[in-house]
Amino acid sequence: MPALVAIAFLTLPLIGLVVRAPWRSLDRVLAESQVVEALRLSLVCASAATVLSLIFGVPLAWVLARAHFRGRGLLRALVTLPLVLPPVVGGVALLLAFGRKGLVGEYLDVWFGFTLPFTTVGVVVAETFVAMPFLVITVEGAFRTADRDYEEAAATLGASRLTVFRRVTLPLIGPSLVAGSVLCWARALGEFGATITFAGNFPGRTQTMPIAVYLALENDPKAAIALSLVLLAVSIAVLVALRDKWLNTGSVA
Amino acid sequence: MTFHLPRRRVIACLSVLAATTALLSGCGGSEDAEPGSPGSGSASQSVTGTITVFAAASLQDAFTSLGKKFEAEHPGSKVVFNFGPSSGLAQQIGQGAPADVFASASTKTMDQVVTGGDATEPTDFAENTMEIAVPPDNPAGVRAVADLAMKGVKVALCQADVPCGVTAAKVFQNAHLTVTPVTQEVDVKAVLSKVTLGEVDAGVVYVTDVRAAGGKVKGIEIADDVNAFTTYPIAALTGSENKRTAAAFVDYVLSPKGAAALTAAGFRTP
Repeated sequence: MPALVAIAFLTLPLIGLVVRAPWRSLDRVLAESQVVEALRLSLVCASAATVLSLIFGVPLAWVLARAHFRGRGLLRALVTLPLVLPPVVGGVALLLAFGRKGLVGEYLDVWFGFTLPFTTVGVVVAETFVAMPFLVITVEGAFRTADRDYEEAAATLGASRLTVFRRVTLPLIGPSLVAGSVLCWARALGEFGATITFAGNFPGRTQTMPIAVYLALENDPKAAIALSLVLLAVSIAVLVALRDKWLNTGSVA
Repeated sequence: MTFHLPRRRVIACLSVLAATTALLSGCGGSEDAEPGSPGSGSASQSVTGTITVFAAASLQDAFTSLGKKFEAEHPGSKVVFNFGPSSGLAQQIGQGAPADVFASASTKTMDQVVTGGDATEPTDFAENTMEIAVPPDNPAGVRAVADLAMKGVKVALCQADVPCGVTAAKVFQNAHLTVTPVTQEVDVKAVLSKVTLGEVDAGVVYVTDVRAAGGKVKGIEIADDVNAFTTYPIAALTGSENKRTAAAFVDYVLSPKGAAALTAAGFRTP
C-alpha cells in the first residue's frame, strides 16, 4: 500500500503535466524564437559543462580512488559538496569567488577585462560546479572496483602508462563513464538556482530552459507547461539511454 | 538579498505552516473569545490570529515594520509576509496559495487577481518612482539615465513582466533610450543585490529601494520629466480564512499611520 502511494505521488505530477498540456498550441509555443534560443542554450551549456567535467573530473576521480594521501576523505567531501549544497548557495559562492568583486574574479577583471557573471561562459561555469560531482563520484566508484590486475598485467607486458589507461582502464570504467556523463549532463540541463544567481537571466545569453519555464509560469502558464514537456521528454530520453547502457553492462560484466 | 528564490520558497512553506497555525489558533481563539467578546466589543480583541500577506518585493522594508506595529496594536495577531515579484505572487494566488492580503506593485497584476475572482475592490495606497542605483564607488561614472545606454556600462533591470521592469521600460521610453541590460532579474530586490555585490555598474530600482539599502548603494535621481511611476493597490483576498484580521491590516495600511510609514520609506501616498 505505501508503495502505491509512492507510485501515485511520483507519477501524478507528470500525468498532470501531460493532461494539462496545451497540445493544440504546442507547436506555436515551441516555435517562438525565445523558446528555441533557451533550448539551444541549455543543450550547448549542458554539453559544454559535461565536457569540462570529463576533462577535469575524471583525473580527479582517479586521484580520489587511487592516490593515497592524508586528507583524502576531506578532499572527497569537499569536492562532492555541491551535490548536497543548495544550488543557489552555490551561485552565491561562485559570485564571491568568480564575480567581478570576487576573490579570483577581481583579477580576471583587472588583468583581462573579463567577467564571468551574466555571460554564457558563466552559465557553463555554474552548471559545471553543480554537475561535475555527479561524474566524479560515479567514475571514482568505477576506478575503485576496477580489477587492477589487468592494468598490472598490461604494464608487465610492456605497455606504457598511457596505453594501459587507454586500452585497459578506460574500457573497464567505460560504462560508468557514460552513466556519469549522462547524469552530469542531465543535472546541468536542469540547473536553475546557481545559474540564475551567478549568470542572471538574459534571453539568448544566459536564459536556459529551467529559467524560461520559471519566468513563463508567471505570465504565460501554457508556455511554461509546454517548455516543461520538452524538458520531460529530454529527461525520459536520458533515462532510456541510461537503461540501455546498464543493460549492456549487465551482459558484458 | 541574494537568497531570494529559496527564501521566497521557504517563506511560502512557512506561510503554509502559518496558515495551519492560524486555523488551529483560530479554532482555539474563538472558543476563548466567545463568552467575553460580544460584551466587551473592542475592535482589537476580534483582530487576532495569523494572516499571510503576499506583497511586492519593493514593499519588504516598509511592510515589515508596518506588520510589527500592527501586531503591537492588536495583541494576539500575527502577520506573516511573502515578498516576491507581483506577477509571481498573483500567479501563486491564482493557484490557490494560502494568502489573506495581496499588495501589488502594479494595477495590472492586481487586476489579474480580481479577474481571477480572488479579490474584490482593491484600493490604491502608494506610488513609487524609479531611481538609478550604483555601487558606492560608481565604477562606470553613471550620472544620468542616458549613461545607461552607453556601451560598456553593465546594467541590471527587472524582467519585462514584473512591475519594476515595466516602469523602467517607461522611463527609457520617455527618455528615448535603448538600454540593453546584462541581466533581467526576477524582482527588484534581485536587481539591488547585483548592484550591492558590485556585479553590475547600475540597476534601475525604486527610490524606496535606494533608501532602504542605506549606504550599500548610491542613488542617482532620474529627472522628473522622464521618470515614471507605478501604483500599488492592496486588497483582502476572498479566500482568506481570517477575513477580519485581513481587513484590519488593509485598513491599517490605508490609515494615516500606514501612510506615514510608507512616506518615511520613500513612497508617495494618495
